[in-house]
Amino acid sequence: MGNERHLRRVILRRKFVNILMLTLSTLTAMYGLVWLFWILGDILLNGFKFISLQLFLNDPTPPGIEGGGLRHAFVGHFIITSLGALIGVPIGIGTGIFFAEYGRHSRIVKGFRNVTDVLVSFPSIVVGTFVYALMVKPLGHFSAVSGSVSLALLMIPVIAITTDEILKLVPNSLREAGYALGAHRWQVIKDISISAAKRGILTGVILGIARISGETAPLLFTSFNNNFFSTDITKPMASLTVTIFQYAMGPYEEWHRQAWAASLILTFGTLFFFITAKAVVHGMRRSG
Amino acid sequence: MNSTPLKIEVKNLNFYYGDVHALKDINLSVYEKRVTAIIGPSGCGKTTLLRCFNRMHDLYPGNRYEGEIILHPEEVNIVSKEVDPIMIRMRIGMVFQKPNPFPKSIYENVAYGLKLKGIKKKSVLDEKVEQALKGAALWEEVKDRLNENAYSLSGGQQQRLCIARAIAPEPEVLLFDEPTSALDPISTAKIEDLIVELKNRLTILIVTHNMQQAGRISDYTAFMYMGKLVEYGPTEKIFTKPDEKLTEDYITGRFG
Amino acid sequence: MKRREELVEALTGSTLGLFALTVGFLFPLFTLLVLIFESLPAIRKFGLFNFLTGTTWDPVAEVFGALPALLGTLLVTFLASAIALPVSIGIAMFISELSPKKLKPVFSTAVELLGAIPSIIYGMWGLFVIAPLMADYVEPFLQETLGRIPLLGKLFDGAPTGVDALTASFVLSVMIIPFMSTIVKDAFEMTPELLKEAGYGLGATKWEVVKNVVIPYTLPGIVGGMVLSVGRALGETMAVAFLTGNVHQIPKSLLEPLTTITVAIANEFTEADSDIYLASLYYLALILFVLSFGLLMLAKFYLLERLGKRWGTKGT
Repeated sequence: MGNERHLRRVILRRKFVNILMLTLSTLTAMYGLVWLFWILGDILLNGFKFISLQLFLNDPTPPGIEGGGLRHAFVGHFIITSLGALIGVPIGIGTGIFFAEYGRHSRIVKGFRNVTDVLVSFPSIVVGTFVYALMVKPLGHFSAVSGSVSLALLMIPVIAITTDEILKLVPNSLREAGYALGAHRWQVIKDISISAAKRGILTGVILGIARISGETAPLLFTSFNNNFFSTDITKPMASLTVTIFQYAMGPYEEWHRQAWAASLILTFGTLFFFITAKAVVHGMRRSG
Repeated sequence: MNSTPLKIEVKNLNFYYGDVHALKDINLSVYEKRVTAIIGPSGCGKTTLLRCFNRMHDLYPGNRYEGEIILHPEEVNIVSKEVDPIMIRMRIGMVFQKPNPFPKSIYENVAYGLKLKGIKKKSVLDEKVEQALKGAALWEEVKDRLNENAYSLSGGQQQRLCIARAIAPEPEVLLFDEPTSALDPISTAKIEDLIVELKNRLTILIVTHNMQQAGRISDYTAFMYMGKLVEYGPTEKIFTKPDEKLTEDYITGRFG
Repeated sequence: MKRREELVEALTGSTLGLFALTVGFLFPLFTLLVLIFESLPAIRKFGLFNFLTGTTWDPVAEVFGALPALLGTLLVTFLASAIALPVSIGIAMFISELSPKKLKPVFSTAVELLGAIPSIIYGMWGLFVIAPLMADYVEPFLQETLGRIPLLGKLFDGAPTGVDALTASFVLSVMIIPFMSTIVKDAFEMTPELLKEAGYGLGATKWEVVKNVVIPYTLPGIVGGMVLSVGRALGETMAVAFLTGNVHQIPKSLLEPLTTITVAIANEFTEADSDIYLASLYYLALILFVLSFGLLMLAKFYLLERLGKRWGTKGT
């Protein structure tokens, strides 16, 4: 019976450790949630306080003069990001298709695919320095288009990897059915693989856009910044992120307020893309 | 039936999985140091019943037990909410359908249950691990490689390792859930010999879909069908002159 | 007709192949070459060893040494990962083992949302919200408590300004927690149910199953996820850009300002007025390229591959 008592004590101690660790685990989860709500809460509160119609309609005024807005940055951000997506999306999808449809049995292509996978987590600022050397230095000035190229380079790996993964889920028997009818490879890809995987590819595209829409580092020395409204993609152009960087570091209260307001738009814009991508995936699971 | 002492008594057991009434009014007596086989077509509830004995169902939400499973000699009701499943699982061990050694060394696998009992002394652990491996007829094959990863063993060896792991903490009852379904005939024969050997020490419940296996190794056999216990008795009787037509049909291979 | 289709066939194949070759091979190779080419003046002037060990960063005298930025990068990355690792394992355990089934997607999505917030937002929020709190409350408190312990206390010397190694690491840790915990959670969920049941069947508690079954089984995944997160943290710019102070010095305590490779590049690149200055910044970028590419390759191919093999052969 002494043995029995010993066993009970052991179990009691183990259960205590169990409860302790489970509590700790729950607390860490709460810890994660605290930051999410804190950040989103601060951005909502401060952002809404300072958001106004002027912010979207007016260009900046010199510090101290009321009524300035960030129209130039909103428009610039839209142009740079869209152009980046325009370059990045087709190349990203094309690369993913090649990985999945042509290179499945080639070790070299698998190697390329693995390098691309690593590029997803690659430091974005290094891409900025690369594009600077390639496009800004030879031309002698910053340009919006070089910013777009940087963003495209960042989104291509994201889209390529998602496309590749989703195409690999398309059963081979579907492709074989196509070939059995005498279709060429490009016809099988176009009519069978892509149409079976289009929702997944769309998710990859949206995730890629979400990834670049909040990027700052690669734009710092490519599209640079511009205090004036501009739609000329060969000239420097303002973006929301670089403007936030500049304004938050700046000495004026008014700049800080505008930085908060811009952060609100930027954060919820990015999260919107992210949630849309999730919803597309969810819809895909539902429809089978 | 005879003078063999009772080990477990199942009384009016009902089990619900969500809205599904999976076990219906089960009554069953399990005798000490005997092998009791539970047979029946797939989906009949035999594994569900087995997993009631060590409260495995508690791991997943939406399960409900009604009735009693009495564990002798203390006559505790295993499925009662007040009874600690951890304590029960330390007294009633389990061997699963597929070999599932932990991703650790052979030694650590066998020692794990002992450590859970609070045994820390290396000399005691060494001795009990050796005993358990001998008990599982694995000692000769692994004694020189105790620190190797358990995944380096073959499938049949892995299953015997799982048996050693289950018997090391010296449980009173051992549950086998189709333990040979993933093994080749030679490994299966070894495990069957082992089960017969083990009944000298503990009470055994085994679920199997293989009727020959039940006939070879069990003393008692329970036949289940659609969540109900159709017939239960000494294996010889069940296999030669069952009372129920349904049992006879199943034994003779007319369905299932 | 037949000829036309064959032409399309050849054209699509070669175009897509060119894309793949460019993305998966030429682009990273070209980046490496461009970085090397652009940093040539600095490589010639300082060499590798002197640049890596040089502690002076003086644009006026045109003497550049990478040690402060390199150590700053490693310090901030190390601290952030050290904070993030236990928290991430806790979160992964909570989502995969503890939370009710219905709430699982809610928690997973919340964690992923935290990871989807742009890094500049982390940086700005860190500057406006966290840095003042650190300076006014947390850091004085740490000085009062931990700072009084001999030796360890040295880590908390100096004036609490909120713009220092501690704040930068902390904000960075919040940023990499979602990334790390998602990988660890995905790994945890790969553990076969049958294996966990073996633990429960012996009478193990939930924590014991996690500690003795789930974590050993998924260890390569956890380590891989951790290295991958470290790789991300190394290259992160904007979350720390506001918070380090960009001072090229080797901090003697956690409360001193410092700089990292990314912060130095972000702040100084457009101001670099001499060739050697710009070349030195490119040299920093080159070091970062090698560091993070190496680390990410290690994580992806050594660790995650090993885990993949284990799942492939032993998963049930």
